[in-house]
Amino acid sequence: MSTAPPGADELERRIAAFLAAHDPARTERTAFLRARFDAGLAWVHFPEGLGGLGAPVALQHGVDEAFRRAGAPTNRPEANAIGLGMAAPTILAFGTEEQKRRFLRPLWTGEEIWCQLFSEPGAGSDLAALGTRAVRDGDSWTVDGQKVWTSMAHEARWGILVARTDPDVPKHRGMTYFVCDMRAPGVEVRPLRQLTGEAEFNEVFLTGVVVPDEHRLGEVGEGWRVATTTLMNERVAIGGRAAPREGGMIGVVAGLWRDRPELRTPDTHDELLRLWVDAEAARLTGERLRQALAAGSPGPEGSAAKLSFARLNQEISGLELELLGSEGLRHDDWTMRRPTEVDFTRRSPGYRYLRAKGNSIEGGTSEILRNIIAERVLGLPGEIRVDKDVPWKDLPK
Amino acid sequence: MTDLLYGEIEDDLRAGLRGMLADHCGWQDVLAGTEADEPSDAALWSALAGFGAPGLAVPEDRDGGGATWRETAVVMEELGRVVAPVPFLTCSVMATAALLAADDELLPALASGERTAVLAVPFGTAPDAPLPDVRASGGRLTGEVRDVADALAADVLLVPAQDALYAVEAGHAARAPVTSLDMTRRLGDLAFTAAPGRVVATGEATVRAALTAGAALLASEQLGLAERCLETTVAYVKERYQFGRPVGSYQALKHRLADLWTSVTQARAVARHAAACLADGDADLPVAAALAQAHCSQVAVRAAEECVQMHGGIGFTWEHPAHLYLKRAKADALALGTPGRHRATLARLLDLPPA
Repeated sequence: MSTAPPGADELERRIAAFLAAHDPARTERTAFLRARFDAGLAWVHFPEGLGGLGAPVALQHGVDEAFRRAGAPTNRPEANAIGLGMAAPTILAFGTEEQKRRFLRPLWTGEEIWCQLFSEPGAGSDLAALGTRAVRDGDSWTVDGQKVWTSMAHEARWGILVARTDPDVPKHRGMTYFVCDMRAPGVEVRPLRQLTGEAEFNEVFLTGVVVPDEHRLGEVGEGWRVATTTLMNERVAIGGRAAPREGGMIGVVAGLWRDRPELRTPDTHDELLRLWVDAEAARLTGERLRQALAAGSPGPEGSAAKLSFARLNQEISGLELELLGSEGLRHDDWTMRRPTEVDFTRRSPGYRYLRAKGNSIEGGTSEILRNIIAERVLGLPGEIRVDKDVPWKDLPK
Repeated sequence: MTDLLYGEIEDDLRAGLRGMLADHCGWQDVLAGTEADEPSDAALWSALAGFGAPGLAVPEDRDGGGATWRETAVVMEELGRVVAPVPFLTCSVMATAALLAADDELLPALASGERTAVLAVPFGTAPDAPLPDVRASGGRLTGEVRDVADALAADVLLVPAQDALYAVEAGHAARAPVTSLDMTRRLGDLAFTAAPGRVVATGEATVRAALTAGAALLASEQLGLAERCLETTVAYVKERYQFGRPVGSYQALKHRLADLWTSVTQARAVARHAAACLADGDADLPVAAALAQAHCSQVAVRAAEECVQMHGGIGFTWEHPAHLYLKRAKADALALGTPGRHRATLARLLDLPPA
């Protein structure tokens, strides 16, 4: 059957029919979300049978809006950012039909939360140096190693995992991508406290964890190529959000400036306006990136968005503290907590200042992003590489 | 020109202090202290008192060490290097400067470390900024002062009220601890309700002298902090391998660290000038103190920010000392006037008026 993908009118008709059959006010939340997935109205650009209708991705926003106006329950995307933003596109691109059918529906409905088992203490910027080993044993793999910076690991049902399956070949060639059952024996999750006092992230220790071969995503040795898809989506997810004017951190400081005339000085005024201009330029660039993405797949432009996002958040939150003077020396809370999302606006200025420091480290440091722009976008010669053709096991660490 | 070098006495003092601090002020202890109930490290304070640090700048006939603010600045550097949670800046520099200006009876007790006093002004108060509004009537004080550094660690509060500076026993004030950005130097909110006070000095000059001394010597703390951040970062990028090589072999990092080193050398000259002006009663002191704060605040913040960034993920964790330095550096930049405030002061002092 090869019908043309539905357009906006057709989607509108289907949503109306769906809502008529599933009254949001009287349908249990999970049942509603499962039915929405089965109707192809979850992520409309996904294929039929996998929560979509093969429609253009640009129509997704209108679909979400229509459900919001109808008072429909959401799938709480903020609680499953890794699942929706990274695992799903990777499973769609590399998964078998069976894997897609098993994982995508509960992922989208939020019944199963996902985490990402990529970074290691010795493999951050140089992710491809990772040393967590997966050894094949018939129809399964045995995994040993340590992962770090794993958000949501304590809530997650599944983790996307990259492990070394062949230490005798150069590092990029010896990795394989798996889906790891976070409830499997040998998976230990420990909170990783960060400089804000709370623990958004975890360390995950994997000891003799058995992963069935049917949970491998992509071919053996192809892990790096699969992971690259995940990471390009991560950079878009971190840097490329739609925001109204003054919707980000600049709005907080602009509001402070308007509300508190006694804090104003000529010096901080100049700084505020300089940052306002930079923030608005970044916002429009992000919006332009989103429009471009609606038409195709993510490219290295996401790196630029994340780079500006980090710099702006850091400079703006620093200015906010200086504006406040003595008041900026007060903090709200250092208690160790387990937040599941980062909310810059509800906490104290000191929290914003400290948390923003992570923006230039998490999901690719600003230094790595500059290398990506310089090398992949501008085509500048790469750094001289000493690690390209050396077997992973012989690399200096 | 002021003497910008360190003398032999200062070198010896530094060496002795550094050894003592290595034993008494490890970063794990400092970190644990940020979550303890005690507002500062009493054991470390005793050790510093045993060393004679609190009274260095106090004359011998007032039970002090008979040295100068230059040596005191070296103590500030060393305490900055370890983000020491003790009321040295607030008590041994600022309160002591006020009491020295007034030749007050409290000096010997402060010099020996037996008692501590702090100036009851918001910690962000610049030397030329307005003072809090506390009323005095018949020797009794009424009013509130927020954001006072080390307020909970002090035995005596030096309170500017109307046209005088009063000493108030801390027990006569209501003191509320404040969760602070820098938990190694905590703030407190004070409330006075007809609290009995003793006049230490009349006029504002004593308070201004204390704030100026604080601004001048805070620069040395910022210098020590920046230098330590640079050292630990340089050590780390030499040993951290990514892509099969030390990350410090990348020019992008090397150049930033070379720039930072350059800034630290400048911070040292600027901080030394401020300390020397304070020690010598030099006429350039107002400029030197404003310059020190405008310059060293930014160097310290940049050093601490680069320390976090160049340590990567580990630098963002609680179980690494980088955040202690970051919080102290940013708090120091807001303390005693922001760099912007000090630039405005310089504009006034140097006859460089705004457009």
